Amino acid sequence: MGDLNSVVIVGGSLAGHATAKALRQQGFAGRVTIVGAEDRRPYDRPPLSKDFLAGRTAVSDLTLEAEGEELGVDWILGVEATALDVASRTVTLSGTTSGRTRSIGADAIVIATGSHARRLTSDLRGLHTLRTLDDALALKADLLPGTTLAVIGAGFIGAEVASTAHSMGLQVSVIEAAATPLFRQLGEHLGSAVAGLHRANGVDLHLGIPVVGLRGQGRVTGVELADGRIIEADVVLAGIGADAAVGWLADSGLDLANGVVCDSQGATSAPGVYAVGDCSAWFDPSLGRANRIEHWTDSRDRPATAVRALLGGPIQAGGAGLRAPYFWSDQYGVKIQFAGHRLDDDEFVIEDGAAETANLLATWRRDGTVVAVLGMNQPRAFTRHRKALQLVPSK
Amino acid sequence: MLHICPLASIPRGEGLRVDTIDPPIAVFHTDAGEVFAIDDTCTHQDASLADGWLEGCEIECPLHASKFDLRTGAVDEPPAKRGVRTHRVTVSDDEIYVTLSELPAPVNS
Repeated sequence: MGDLNSVVIVGGSLAGHATAKALRQQGFAGRVTIVGAEDRRPYDRPPLSKDFLAGRTAVSDLTLEAEGEELGVDWILGVEATALDVASRTVTLSGTTSGRTRSIGADAIVIATGSHARRLTSDLRGLHTLRTLDDALALKADLLPGTTLAVIGAGFIGAEVASTAHSMGLQVSVIEAAATPLFRQLGEHLGSAVAGLHRANGVDLHLGIPVVGLRGQGRVTGVELADGRIIEADVVLAGIGADAAVGWLADSGLDLANGVVCDSQGATSAPGVYAVGDCSAWFDPSLGRANRIEHWTDSRDRPATAVRALLGGPIQAGGAGLRAPYFWSDQYGVKIQFAGHRLDDDEFVIEDGAAETANLLATWRRDGTVVAVLGMNQPRAFTRHRKALQLVPSK
Repeated sequence: MLHICPLASIPRGEGLRVDTIDPPIAVFHTDAGEVFAIDDTCTHQDASLADGWLEGCEIECPLHASKFDLRTGAVDEPPAKRGVRTHRVTVSDDEIYVTLSELPAPVNS
């Protein structure tokens, strides 16, 4: 690659914004353009299922740009990228100008298109998903006092929306196909504790039963379970996961096995093309494979590493400097925090407290080494353990 | 100047919340041996920054990972948008003293 005078960032959310910040912080003075599919400046998504939905924070509070922040970015918002030519590093844009297809090229491209919420195929009114601010506004408008909400999926989004709606006075049911909430992330013991949180708060929890369909004509009236039961609801939220938003890259020649496959610094197989955030799967030396992460903190932190590689700075071998994957979730007033990589056969150790009382610090050990840590309402102790995780050498 | 505690009471890499002051402040002892004091409550949501992750001269909120520069109080990383106030620290005879700031929190530039 020759001189680096321009960077196009495809994606105007957390990872895209963090990329622009990192470029400036690391001294890049050239042209930075952000292409964003949503017609909004970067905003924070975690509050969409919590304080924003409950009406405790406003749209203006969601901005990711600090007061006084000026990054000197050209914004192309409300425009989707539809294709990427990696050889010329040219992004094709949606819409036309004077009848011609629009495109934008640059010396380097950073792909940060995030993920799409999975949706149930139905035209029924009252059926929602939650990924964008527009999704949240639509859901919020439907969560009226006295209505009933059925949540499909007891993952982060589902559990948090259930918790928020419950706090708003709605009658809430949660339906989860797995044996416990967050079963894959936390395992059975802690998943059961999270189930206890739902139930202790009067939320009707249905576990281990798949959904087979929706009921209603014009507007949803209920959810049909595999055992024949109907869960009646005025509003339904499908919190059934998300997929990397990489459809637009189908003809790019990039490896899209599960997100954009990258090395341990975010570089794709194409020179000058990088990927960050939810849509990317960076090689993780501790796992020995590419790993796609959908956590907020990783989307914010990894762009600085990718930008360092992009600008040709000192290379950090094997992804050194990256922190272990971390997520948090706020449910029914309980702060759940998790960091690391957990496998089902790791040794589970309760360091302090108990899951049943929602006051817990627990670790997972593999060959005697702590590989993951979980806290419930233990932010200080959790953070100390999370920090110590970084000292564990990669296998 | 307010007497906080002996320097040895805060190990390097740790923070101490002082809630006898309103609003509470956090005093940090960095790995490099410097001592800083800032407002303790994260400007994003109610969290004690003293409980956070201290790395160099930067503190990361223990809840939602906002980062603040201990030297200036400025926001280094979102979701926080507003900085925190910084307070002047004096270490004398291995005791930590703090002079509370009368200035507003900084705005990023």
